[in-house]
Amino acid sequence: MNWRGLDYKPLVLVPLLALVVLPFIGSASTWLTLTVAGLAMGMIIFIIASGLTLIFGLMDVLNFGHGVFIALGAFVATSVLGLMADWTGSGELWRNLVAVLPAMLAAMLVAGALGIVFERFLVRPVYGNHLKQILITMGGAIIGEELIKVVWGPQQIPLPLPAGMQGSWFIGDAAVEKYRVVAVVVGLVVFAGLAWVLARTKVGLLIRAGVQDREMVEALGYRIRRLFIGVVVVGCALAGLGGVMWGLYQQNVIPQMGGQVLILIFIVLIIGGLGSTGGALIGALLVGLMANYTGFLLPKVALFSNIALMVAILLWRPQGVYAVGNR
Amino acid sequence: MSENLLELSGVHTHIGAYHILHGVDLAVPRGQVTLLLGRNGAGKTTTLRTIMGLWRASQGRIAFNGDDITRLDTPRIAQLNIAYVPENMGIFADLTVKENLLLAARGSSTAAHMDNARLSWIFDMFPAVDRFWNYPAGKLSGGQKQMVAVARAIVEPRDLLIVDEPSKGLAPAIINNMIAAFSQLKKSGVTILLVEQNIHFAQRLGDTVAVMDNGRVVHAGSMAQLAEDEELQQSLLGLAL
Repeated sequence: MNWRGLDYKPLVLVPLLALVVLPFIGSASTWLTLTVAGLAMGMIIFIIASGLTLIFGLMDVLNFGHGVFIALGAFVATSVLGLMADWTGSGELWRNLVAVLPAMLAAMLVAGALGIVFERFLVRPVYGNHLKQILITMGGAIIGEELIKVVWGPQQIPLPLPAGMQGSWFIGDAAVEKYRVVAVVVGLVVFAGLAWVLARTKVGLLIRAGVQDREMVEALGYRIRRLFIGVVVVGCALAGLGGVMWGLYQQNVIPQMGGQVLILIFIVLIIGGLGSTGGALIGALLVGLMANYTGFLLPKVALFSNIALMVAILLWRPQGVYAVGNR
Repeated sequence: MSENLLELSGVHTHIGAYHILHGVDLAVPRGQVTLLLGRNGAGKTTTLRTIMGLWRASQGRIAFNGDDITRLDTPRIAQLNIAYVPENMGIFADLTVKENLLLAARGSSTAAHMDNARLSWIFDMFPAVDRFWNYPAGKLSGGQKQMVAVARAIVEPRDLLIVDEPSKGLAPAIINNMIAAFSQLKKSGVTILLVEQNIHFAQRLGDTVAVMDNGRVVHAGSMAQLAEDEELQQSLLGLAL
């Protein structure tokens, strides 16, 4: 980790936002509840956005079909968890985790595998052409949604939280929902894993270099195409994992759920700086917190609040909080 | 073994609708410094990029060590021990100097696995690389970046080093440093192909020279011969050395 060159200012934004709203909320317990809810929402958004930011950063691909992998992950989870009803119905947290972990793994595997097909047949023919990428990946998303309807049906499917993850823990007067804590932990694990791979491994180094200058990576003797495929698989797998988390957060899934989240994801990517994983984390946390705070304080502007946040960030840093070099 | 490490024969390159190279013939003798000179737009950078496979030759043959590399892709060409420093230096601005060099060390998975003796040799040539080892490369000055770019190119032994305008925008003191570094590299047996606009830089380093105009090599010979012949300089380059 290169601390000497660390740009600390964006790191201050998240605690700053949380502290600035505290006097407006008034009650410390309400503030804590909202803050944990915002962080949990942010972490789930980060899980989904981290894959997309790598795909865009490394491959310069505008993937508007990313949402279908979110929905796919969530639907796979309904099937896996449906088979493990005894385990999800138990009030013991460890039995719930034993059920949720295979659901997450299955969602990641299916989404990752479909990502290979998506890259091969839809994305590869349109490398370097953003307009065609937008059109073809949106088309792919529509087909994907229809295929989900064919397999699971068009109706909303409930995805209840396992019994042990329902309810809240109380810290003083503040109620902190158990699942939100789980979401924060999963998000932190994903971030730590990604940060470790990107900072400590040669593959991570290649990805970070490829995000900045693909041509030079090839001129150094590396086949960037193989990295592309690996990044698509990981990106789609993370979208699948994010879909499971989001589905459990909403406690139901619909085939269009990915498209609904995608707007937030793109806001996060723009705030964070296209291609920046650290930026995506900060963007996601800001968006999660902003959505929860404004939902409580000013419900009428809640929908607009994240757009306003994005505009404010872009006025400060036009390429996002962590602009990726050479881009 | 051929006397020439690299040979281009009748190479044509098209970029989109534009026909840039019109049958380039170029020989780069083994163990020597070859300078590719010419006015802006003569096709020098395109020639280098075509050698590296970054732009495809539409016609002609490129041979390295006697083997045809015309149809190979860029990573495969680089794996033949050909290092390339582009005109913009190709520095990864968000990576540290160490990470930039580690990336080029294909045989090393971590910095600890890099060849320490070779690194010391590089640090002697380019002290700035050592001094700013853990700094983000994007924060260095132009001259320091150029040193990192060349250091990266030679972090592992290479047979051919291709550098596009190494003196561009550099202060005279840094240019002298670069000349000394390339001289050392030449002594170590590396074959070097340089594109250069700075004639004095070219004159001090070059063994052989090729002058390009309108996408062709219009003159090839020794640097000494070109340096002595003012009439030739005027006719080829529009100036006298």
